[in-house]
Amino acid sequence: MREKTLRTVVSFHTTTDALAVETHCAAHGVPGRLIPLPTIISAGCGMCWSAPDEAREAVLAAVRDAGVDAEGVYQMLL
Amino acid sequence: MIYLDNAATTLKKPPCVGEAMLRALQTLGNSSRGTHTGALDAAHTVYGARCALAEFFHCPRPDHVIFTSNITESLNIALSGLLGPGDRAVSTDLEHNSVLRPLYRLAAERGVGVDFVPADRQGRVDYEDFERLLRPETKLIVCTHASNLTGNVVDIKHVGEIAHARGALLVVDAAQTAGTRPIDMQAQGIDVLCFTGHKGLMGPQGTGGLCIREGVEIKPFKVGGTGVQSYSETQPEQYPTRLEAGTLNGHGIAGLSAAVGYLKELGTEAVEAKEAALTRRFREGVASIPGVTVYGDFSGEHAGIVALNLRDYDSGEVSDALSEDYGIATRPGAHCAPRMHEALGTKEQGAVRFSFSWFTTEEEVDAAIRALRELASDAR
Repeated sequence: MREKTLRTVVSFHTTTDALAVETHCAAHGVPGRLIPLPTIISAGCGMCWSAPDEAREAVLAAVRDAGVDAEGVYQMLL
Repeated sequence: MIYLDNAATTLKKPPCVGEAMLRALQTLGNSSRGTHTGALDAAHTVYGARCALAEFFHCPRPDHVIFTSNITESLNIALSGLLGPGDRAVSTDLEHNSVLRPLYRLAAERGVGVDFVPADRQGRVDYEDFERLLRPETKLIVCTHASNLTGNVVDIKHVGEIAHARGALLVVDAAQTAGTRPIDMQAQGIDVLCFTGHKGLMGPQGTGGLCIREGVEIKPFKVGGTGVQSYSETQPEQYPTRLEAGTLNGHGIAGLSAAVGYLKELGTEAVEAKEAALTRRFREGVASIPGVTVYGDFSGEHAGIVALNLRDYDSGEVSDALSEDYGIATRPGAHCAPRMHEALGTKEQGAVRFSFSWFTTEEEVDAAIRALRELASDAR
């Protein structure tokens, strides 16, 4: 498996919220990408935004500016 | 074929619609089902369509744009998700069965009270009747934006003002107007806008949806897989997922999104103006033909629809003669609008409906006028 690095991970209530954040991040140069929801966050399916942990503040600002109510924000090795 | 049945479905679509659908068929995975390239392509397509439709209809939030398979499903979702025991609804004689049958079922199964604003012999409503019929228990007014039979346009903004003044919601059936007339949910006070993709929007069949004003809570009509919150035993609360169980029609939505892009570039006002000109040309052309009776009120706003009869001839016979002898496609019969036909006095005869689109030409309209003139002459 790949080497794990510290990531900021944001989970969402809906896929539409995830896409809204992805669109906002892409438009504003905020790093990260959509990944499957890690089971450590929640069993089941879904997608979340994963970014290098040093971009945490930029990601949180992007979530806020996109008008999205995040389901959860996590710091983890992925 | 001269296609004048655009109120049923637009047959000629912008080329970008088919191209988008073919591309989607060859590349899309399933939206909201994982994050591999195909799944994300589908998610991006669906999300892009939500944003485009929200902008097109002035729906404040893209996540309040819900996709369905057609407007009948949209109306079922809206009405069954808003009306419960003890509630009342006000509707009109202009409605299609996609509004009427859900209301009749809710009346029978949940005891929902339904009141209808009557239409006169020209298919017009008196707006004072909306006020007269509203009661404290009235939860909503559900109203077509334009009759699918006469083409008469209802002043939705006025109806919304009446509803809101009494604490009721306005649910609009935009089957005949989405894409052909400007619709602004906010300016017109629409709480729930129901639309179909395959008529004036010129998208594919199997697409439609609802745009919901923020704060309007609709209970889910169906529940099931959503790709999120999978271990919850109940449907997720958040829009759009709340009302979208099961795999979306990603390929159709790709086509619909392309169609909306085409219309945005074209301008809905241009479509409205062209259809109005074609409608006027046709109505004036048939007005002098002996034995032709045209239904509806043409003194105000009108959709691209003209319904008529030739003498006392069965509308099906006239429509069939137009198809077989002239290659002109029209729609006879009841048009799923039983109360409207009763109001017009055409329950037995039905009517022949001619309906136009952005792609209809003046030459096609003139050919239809000539055909009717010949049929009327034969009838003598």
